[in-house]
Amino acid sequence: MQDVRDALYVGQRSDGTLTRRPMSPHLQVYRFRLSMFLSIANRAAGVAAAGGSALGLCWISAAAKGPKSFSKVQKVTGNPLGQLVLAGWALALVYHFVAGLRHLAWDSGYRFDKKEINEDGPVAVGVTVGTTLALVAGILGVAICRSRKKAS
Amino acid sequence: MSNPHKPHVKVMRSQLSRARGLGSAQTGVAHWWAERASAVALVPLSGWFVIQVFRLAGASQPEVAKWGARPLNATMMLSLVILTFYHTQLGLQVIIDDYVHGKAHLPAGLLMKGIVFLLGLFGTVSVLKLALAGSSRGRIAAG
Repeated sequence: MQDVRDALYVGQRSDGTLTRRPMSPHLQVYRFRLSMFLSIANRAAGVAAAGGSALGLCWISAAAKGPKSFSKVQKVTGNPLGQLVLAGWALALVYHFVAGLRHLAWDSGYRFDKKEINEDGPVAVGVTVGTTLALVAGILGVAICRSRKKAS
Repeated sequence: MSNPHKPHVKVMRSQLSRARGLGSAQTGVAHWWAERASAVALVPLSGWFVIQVFRLAGASQPEVAKWGARPLNATMMLSLVILTFYHTQLGLQVIIDDYVHGKAHLPAGLLMKGIVFLLGLFGTVSVLKLALAGSSRGRIAAG
């Protein structure tokens, strides 16, 4: 034993004899792969989508409360900074949706080979960015058109 | 057990009770399965919600209230809110299982469940208020 930390890696075989447990190298040892970023990004996107959903409750509760509260929420959704947060929420939701569909495919036994996973990664990124941009632009466009119609 | 030199565990329990304690608890995949089932349910609900956002973008409060008073919208919205926060709780529990160790693990999970439960209930009550406010207004007008 050269390092005291080795003591933590002593394990027992099922017959009771002692053995050294294998040590896995730390994250920075590995070469960067897109799939490892997409994996942790899915988890982060899930947390961000949950946080956004908690904020989204403000919208539905304000609508239930009355016009006064609702106009407060509209001030946030009309503000560029608020719209940036909403776009971020949309990005998190869309990516979590896309990655979730990939997970469901993997669970069913499809596209789970190394080659297929590496092929699908960039596609997932493209679909996520494209869908998010289309959604944000579309919703913003509809909202602007509608408020202009009301004003005139 | 025939080899006296090999260490082995001696127990005073019957072999049956030992096997019961060691065996599957029958719920090993329950959490995983619940996560997938709620995810599958959220796919069409999310699609429905995107359509509703396009319908409601830039809408005023009376318009949203009118939308929320429709039973179909209220049903879909309730399903969406309940399943979203149920799925959130399942997902955050996995993250806590992965990163929070030792004594803090149980309180962290309970705190997260409490917060997510309250958020989900808050959304549910809001949707119900929108859904039922219309009918009560009708009753006042009729009475």
